[in-house]
Amino acid sequence: MGISAMVGTPIKRREDPRLITGQATYVDDMKLLGMYHMAILRSPYGHARIVSINTDAAKALPGVIKIYTAEDLRGKVGNVVVAVPLGRIAEGMGIRGALAEGKVRFYGDPVAAVIADDAYTARDALDLIDIEYEPLPAAIDIEKAMQPGAALLYEEFGTNVAMSSHPPTDEMDKIFEQTVADGGIVVKQRIVNQRVAPVPMETRGVIAEYRKSDKSLTVWSSTQIPHLLRNFLAATLSLPQHQVRVITPEVGGGFGCKLNYYPEEMVAAFAAMQTGHPVKWIEDRSENLAVTVHGRDQLDYIEVAARKDGRVTGLKVHGISDMGAYCQLFTNVIMIAFGFPVSCGSYDIPVHLSFDVVFTNKAPTDAYRGAGRPEATYVSERAMDLVAFNLGLDPAEVRRINFVQPDQFPYKSSAGAVYDTGNYEPALDKALQIIDYKNLRAEQARKRAEGKLMGIGISSYIEICGFGPKGTAPVGLYESARVRVEHSGTVMVYTGASPHGQGEETTFAQIVAEEFSIPVENVMIMHGDTDSTPEGRGTYGSRTTAVGGAALFNAVQKLKEKMKLIASHILEASPSDVELEDGKFSVAGSPQKSVSFNDVALTANFSNTLAPGIEPGLETTVFFEPEACVFPFGTYVCSVEIDKETGETKVTRFVAVDDCGRQLNPMIVQGQIHGGIAQGIGQAMWEGVEYSEDGQLLTSTFMDYAMPIAEEFPQFELDHTVTLTTVNPLGVKGVGEAGTIGSTPAIAAAVADALGVAHVDMPFRAEKMWKIIHQQKG
Amino acid sequence: MTMKRAITVTVNGQQYSSEVEPRLLLVHYLRDVLDLTGTHVGCNTSQCGACVVHLNGEAVKSCTILAVQADGCEVTTIEGLAPEGSLHPIQEGFWEKHGLQCGFCTPGMIMASYQLLKNNPNPTEAEIRKGLEGNICRCTGYQNIVKAVQYAAEHMQTSATEPVGAGE
Repeated sequence: MGISAMVGTPIKRREDPRLITGQATYVDDMKLLGMYHMAILRSPYGHARIVSINTDAAKALPGVIKIYTAEDLRGKVGNVVVAVPLGRIAEGMGIRGALAEGKVRFYGDPVAAVIADDAYTARDALDLIDIEYEPLPAAIDIEKAMQPGAALLYEEFGTNVAMSSHPPTDEMDKIFEQTVADGGIVVKQRIVNQRVAPVPMETRGVIAEYRKSDKSLTVWSSTQIPHLLRNFLAATLSLPQHQVRVITPEVGGGFGCKLNYYPEEMVAAFAAMQTGHPVKWIEDRSENLAVTVHGRDQLDYIEVAARKDGRVTGLKVHGISDMGAYCQLFTNVIMIAFGFPVSCGSYDIPVHLSFDVVFTNKAPTDAYRGAGRPEATYVSERAMDLVAFNLGLDPAEVRRINFVQPDQFPYKSSAGAVYDTGNYEPALDKALQIIDYKNLRAEQARKRAEGKLMGIGISSYIEICGFGPKGTAPVGLYESARVRVEHSGTVMVYTGASPHGQGEETTFAQIVAEEFSIPVENVMIMHGDTDSTPEGRGTYGSRTTAVGGAALFNAVQKLKEKMKLIASHILEASPSDVELEDGKFSVAGSPQKSVSFNDVALTANFSNTLAPGIEPGLETTVFFEPEACVFPFGTYVCSVEIDKETGETKVTRFVAVDDCGRQLNPMIVQGQIHGGIAQGIGQAMWEGVEYSEDGQLLTSTFMDYAMPIAEEFPQFELDHTVTLTTVNPLGVKGVGEAGTIGSTPAIAAAVADALGVAHVDMPFRAEKMWKIIHQQKG
Repeated sequence: MTMKRAITVTVNGQQYSSEVEPRLLLVHYLRDVLDLTGTHVGCNTSQCGACVVHLNGEAVKSCTILAVQADGCEVTTIEGLAPEGSLHPIQEGFWEKHGLQCGFCTPGMIMASYQLLKNNPNPTEAEIRKGLEGNICRCTGYQNIVKAVQYAAEHMQTSATEPVGAGE
């Protein structure tokens, strides 16, 4: 990299002018001529047999165009796509069609779709559809769902368990026995990582338009994965791939839940094909909370063995993942593919992993910011705290003694992952220093003496991101960039990544401006249209900069080489002597001999006198598939105070030291961390999707689902260390999920510390805290 | 079909006369009838504040007000907060301080901040956090939204601008 002019600079976002003036276009802001509206009738039961469906009255309502049930889709619309069908899922367990057939398996399961000429009429018609249900017992509690005699979602399989692995524990048992024999300890704990809802502020939405004359389907969707969606639509609607186009307009947040293929996208597209009219569907918030994938919902039984000095000798984890009612894109592998690889966290410890992946009568779970990694990190961090608690050691020192050391990288963990680069202790030290750990502990001692409940929590997380390396996923998880330098010297970039709030139009422009040494204003970043952007995998898993940014960097280098060649002819010099600096190509050693970037662009695009062998134009498409994943890390330290009278917990300090490699735009990096921390604290403190025993959703509006608000947070205090990766040419790791991964365990540790107990399950709502405090008193 | 009702509403300084169903929500009137799509629907239950507009100068959640209730009123939306081609100091603040990411909550957040600063031109951080309790953002963790409002408070001291057609 050259002298950093743009990269590393906190320039203001180029996305913002349209967003702060109300001029941005989200899906719901679009109107097409002759557009119909779709509304979905959903199951009011958690589990029930569909006895009959009568749509006559609804069909008779003026303005209603069509009503679809599963019967109308049979043989015409395929199933929801599962990326990695393993275990019984490969035999068809948990595979869903677009509309429920025969049975409904969770509250909100779609049963019928109404197409009407306006949105209010479509909703009115839902009330006129008469469905007779035979309610069935529901499997809600995951452990009960695994027991014989549990209500079965898929009777033909005789179980709710879709996938299992229980490898022998002999070797780990020996380690545990030896540890105890040597005077160490073994601690067991059951840990619940509760179900939460991703809740982007823009719900999902889709508009599908079908042109019968040339059989082409265009779908505007609020999705993180335009290319995958196009491929899924083509496959499930039996359309040629090149006749399907997906456009993502402005997307109002995703957090993983828009990294999926949803029934409503399929039905809207089908309806557009059938009616010849554009069809729009906009999810309302209650639907969003009921049917858009949830996150987490993992139960872990852990056993950790440690020497008296806190050195962990072994960790056993039995993970039970609650899939909900159906297998969506990654539902079945969130825990085992994204979580388990980082089970050892930032520690050099042996781990033994076993699992069950189970269906229940709840909404499907899938990716939610962090996807598996927050759950795994929660386990490894709770393990460190359990060791510290039981041995009476400082949790900071227990972490320190177990860290993977700088000279061990690249480090292969016992969970099988190869960590690229890392240096964990400086991040821990910096966090402790910022929060003034020693004085904070002294303050805690004083407050305890006054009878107050104050706790301090630490989390030294790692994450795995930048998916994904060759050969590790069922399909290549590359990213792409098409770059065109126009005759005026301005640059068009078409990326396969698909941002939805991350600010890539800014950071990607910074990469180009830096490498071409041109003003950032001269670069335009285009994304989210499968007709114009090269095939890409979308934006998720903190991968956009590490994978998509790397593709862009390489594409720019390729064009720079060609421009140097053209410049060398103009300058009558050897191409290897030509340098690009300050927007000018010049000959090394004689800077007075130069030609501007713009003139070379003009020559390449317009001249008819290019040297023999040089193709006109300046455009290239580059794909980048990393050789390995990247492993950002950091340490978070926080303090909490719990009011004994009310049980209310307040986060009083929150220090975050992150290391995501090179930071292209520190302002955007910090914004990502802020948001991630808020979501992680949200889970720890308040959030939780809840169902009754018979499968009724109890958290279906923001009146019941606790969305964090401004006054509940302290100022987050951020700092960073920089450990570059060698996996990509930018040295960047990824930061989108770090905050969520690291913050939840820090809060959990602080709350347990305040209460003086080994462990409390989240969320730490006032009622639960009050009960614990009063039980302690009693 | 319900009988339609005639309403006259002044939005961002311009008068509109429309026939609407009595059940039509103000937010849908603004978005679907007047094509002012800067005001968003985020929750349908008046918790999230993405739909905040000013009705006769007061911030309201337009998802829980009927269009017919706005008959004869003056409405300001995000599109009318600053004259065409310029930014209100609150909008500047959100841009300068990275007070938004996906941008979906932003128009409501800005309109609510306007009310907050109108009531309290020099708010403390705690007062800003408290004052925005009716607005939910899932992206920013609110930290930079607080900074954006602080920026606006500073700059509004020097350049007082009234939104287009702000009625009292």
